[in-house]
Amino acid sequence: MSLAASLLQGDVRALAKAISLAEDRDPEATQIVTELQPQTGRAHLVGITGAPGSGKSSLVDLLLQVIRQRGKTVGVVAVDPSSPFTGGAVLGDRIRMQRHTLDKGVFIRSMGARGHLGGLAAATREVIHLLDAYGRDVIIVETVGVGQSELEIGTVCDTTVLVLVPESGDAVQSIKAGIMEIADIFVINKADLGGAEKTRRLIQDAMALGPAPAWAPPILLTAAIKDQGGVELWQAIERHWEYLSQGGGLQDRRLQRLKQEVLALVAEQARDDARQQLEGDTPVARRLRQNPNGTLNPYALAAELMGRAR
Amino acid sequence: MSTASRPSSKPAPRTEPASQKKIRVLTLKLGLDGHDRGVKVVSRALRDAGVEVIYAGLRQTPEMAVEAAIQEDVDGIGVSILSGAHMTLIPRVLELLKERGAGDIVVFAGGIIPDDEAAELKTLGVAEIFGPGTSLATIVDFVNSRLRK
Repeated sequence: MSLAASLLQGDVRALAKAISLAEDRDPEATQIVTELQPQTGRAHLVGITGAPGSGKSSLVDLLLQVIRQRGKTVGVVAVDPSSPFTGGAVLGDRIRMQRHTLDKGVFIRSMGARGHLGGLAAATREVIHLLDAYGRDVIIVETVGVGQSELEIGTVCDTTVLVLVPESGDAVQSIKAGIMEIADIFVINKADLGGAEKTRRLIQDAMALGPAPAWAPPILLTAAIKDQGGVELWQAIERHWEYLSQGGGLQDRRLQRLKQEVLALVAEQARDDARQQLEGDTPVARRLRQNPNGTLNPYALAAELMGRAR
Repeated sequence: MSTASRPSSKPAPRTEPASQKKIRVLTLKLGLDGHDRGVKVVSRALRDAGVEVIYAGLRQTPEMAVEAAIQEDVDGIGVSILSGAHMTLIPRVLELLKERGAGDIVVFAGGIIPDDEAAELKTLGVAEIFGPGTSLATIVDFVNSRLRK
């Protein structure tokens, strides 16, 4: 039986193997995802993003508890950084979600970012499609710990949750462009530490400076490791889903997502081709070797590699 | 100077080639045993050798280890055990892997395991046992040679 067929029958190993093919950028993954595409589009995609150590994985663990109580199945994709020196990684998100390891309704996959920027791994979209085809009701995507401008999650998910911690900046931080703009829901985690109310007010004030949006992102307080705030967070995520589905732009989001996915594939393909030309036995590579000082014109080289030599 | 903060022996950061098969290893402490320094040192060394390590941490049951190994599609499981329960817990991991059709996942172990029991575990299917004093290079070489598909 093909991997795709086994996956559709609920074979967890087939799902895991298909994910590895996507991660390794194996051409077979493209075929599998294409074959499974008719079975996708049903899951609610929830993104969890925020700074390193803000408690994203612990919040996912808390959400899993709440979602499973409601009988829905979940797939989790948790991305952690890869070493820029060796390509290796220590993936430590799963460790926060231990209590769900033996629950057949929860599938957790750790991914190394493998040099991909933007907070996700290059294969994240494929993995979402695979989990969707596998029949998961909810797919949670946890980004690497991010800063202000790793925004890819906003183009990948239906609902983006931004996890902050108390004292994470003054009023100017909260009106800056970037990550604060992509949040559909704000969470101030570690609220038991104090200062969370102040952070909530700052975000609220910042939002009041602009025109009222059709969806006003709620600001929730949680303490993930104390199991506090999970139900309220899940309710907010469901409200956002209802809003999107009932004329709030779900179709538009999905169209934008498709465009982004196509752009990402084009960029990846172009980069691969260019890299091969730069490192292979090609006229460009030979010229580069003859000019070890790196004084050639990068614009001309790029145009040449893209077949647009002037 | 921005480069001064990095030791000169380190190579410049590089971009990843797009298509590459990576070795993935699950490392964990099996059973009730809180001594996790060794497994963390090994996890770190494997990371530095370019391996993707999924660290599951303390108090793992054989069932949890096998489920995680399957979901993460790892090439190997590195079991650390210092509690003395290795003859009970490690064979159970091997048994569960076979039951789940995942007998191809390589199991290796480290910790305090007497020689005669190490030999017995190896006949049961454990690929290698790394006792006290094993160099990290030995473990990295093992992972690179035995787990590369």
